[in-house]
Amino acid sequence: MFRNQYDTDVTTWSPAGRLFQVEYAMEAVKQGSAAIGLRSKTHVVLGCVNKANSELSSHQKKIFKVDDHIGVAIAGLTADGRVLSRYMRNECINYNFTYESPLPVGRLVVQLADKAQVCTQRSWKRPYGVGLLVAGLDESGAHLYYNCPSGNYFEYQAFAIGSRSQAAKTYLERRFENFTDSSRDDLVKDAITAIRETLQGETLKSSICTIAVVGIGEPFHILDQGTVQQIIDTFEIAAEQEGPAAEPDAAEQSAAAADQGGSTDEGVAPMDI
Amino acid sequence: MNFMASKQPENSLLGPEADSQRTLYPYVTGTSVVALKYKDGILMAADMGGSYGSTLRYKNVERMKAIGKHSLLGASGEISDFQEILRYLDDLILYDNMWDDGNSLGPKEVHNYLTRVMYNRRNKFNPLWNSLVLGGIKNGQKYLGTVSMIGVNFEDDHVATGFGNHLARPILRQEWHENLSFEDGVKLLEKCMRVLLYRDRSAINKLQIAKITEEGMTISQPYSLKTYWEFSAFENPTQGAVGSW
Repeated sequence: MFRNQYDTDVTTWSPAGRLFQVEYAMEAVKQGSAAIGLRSKTHVVLGCVNKANSELSSHQKKIFKVDDHIGVAIAGLTADGRVLSRYMRNECINYNFTYESPLPVGRLVVQLADKAQVCTQRSWKRPYGVGLLVAGLDESGAHLYYNCPSGNYFEYQAFAIGSRSQAAKTYLERRFENFTDSSRDDLVKDAITAIRETLQGETLKSSICTIAVVGIGEPFHILDQGTVQQIIDTFEIAAEQEGPAAEPDAAEQSAAAADQGGSTDEGVAPMDI
Repeated sequence: MNFMASKQPENSLLGPEADSQRTLYPYVTGTSVVALKYKDGILMAADMGGSYGSTLRYKNVERMKAIGKHSLLGASGEISDFQEILRYLDDLILYDNMWDDGNSLGPKEVHNYLTRVMYNRRNKFNPLWNSLVLGGIKNGQKYLGTVSMIGVNFEDDHVATGFGNHLARPILRQEWHENLSFEDGVKLLEKCMRVLLYRDRSAINKLQIAKITEEGMTISQPYSLKTYWEFSAFENPTQGAVGSW
């Protein structure tokens, strides 16, 4: 992305019909640490990589419970994400008070998208610099949505956002056809594996990832570190037993994906002066 | 000494002029509504009378209406306020449909919305002068509830408004049971409506019975109940009543 004379204002179109400020906001999402989501017919799992500024500090909170049946994982400007989570919680509570019924996640997502759109069309505002993976339940089952700073939203079977998300996306693309009928536990295992892909060789520990689940009959909650570590341990053991033959293949594939990923959407292009 | 007094615009609700805008008394009223849960859904009965004080003035008032796909609303009390409520619900259902997603407001949601509306109006000392019965069925779940003009709301297997509470509910308490068939439900409601016809001055002999099931709402054509006035108790009502004439 190059600096140019059409990118100062969100209300200025470029001659090619682009709103650069909105696109820069989407870049901010790509800079945040990874978040992934995947769903079956009855459950949705969210996961994220916890990056702490230094060894001394705690990591930022990236997964928020919005209601018993809705949760959100964010990537990008976490402050913007926090503010939007508060908006979502408010909407859910108000709906519940008036109708004594949970707000369908599909409707919350549209309200969120409309809120984001407003910021793309006012000269005194800026787009929210955060991408949201919204996991929730509806009358029609479990849903996973992705809300962009542009004000668009999409429904997904599985998705990953943030830095090095391409590795996770590749993994999810290979496996997503099985997700609809997956059991809840298999879904969690797949989420942890997808997170591992984004770590690019770094050891997977429960201290650097957070997993949350919501499902029919299971209110949204974040799995505690002990449970997550147990699951990680079960497949480290499985991987060892499978033998070294399987591991190098997987490592090569993710390395190859990372190389391609690095040159296209990971990392900001150097600023043109 | 002239303090700058703020002048109210003509249509303001502040100040003494506002009092003439508040509901003080009802004018055209409907009498009891009785409803019960049966095997396939909800059955509701109401007569078609609109009284103007003690005059039985209007004889073709439909006091039960379908709300959306899943609910049925019956009202007693001020008819104009009932019409206002129908307008609110019309907007509500319209916006619900405009989402065009797989979700729809069910009877529980509509009941709670109405409770909020009635209670908020009561808090402003400007009530909608109605007692409402809201019944419906969604995804196999039957729902039957009531809201009063002061916002009192609850759910039950059978509900009634006004005189129905005193005359119909005792009958229902004795004779209602789970999984009534349609015919038995109608017979039970007619029994209640007959008692109301005999004993409620504002009841008229022209009623409708509405039913709501998963398939939708149907409302019967108006019909009348057979009555018998030759009971000896009616001929000599005070026989045996000490002190009466």
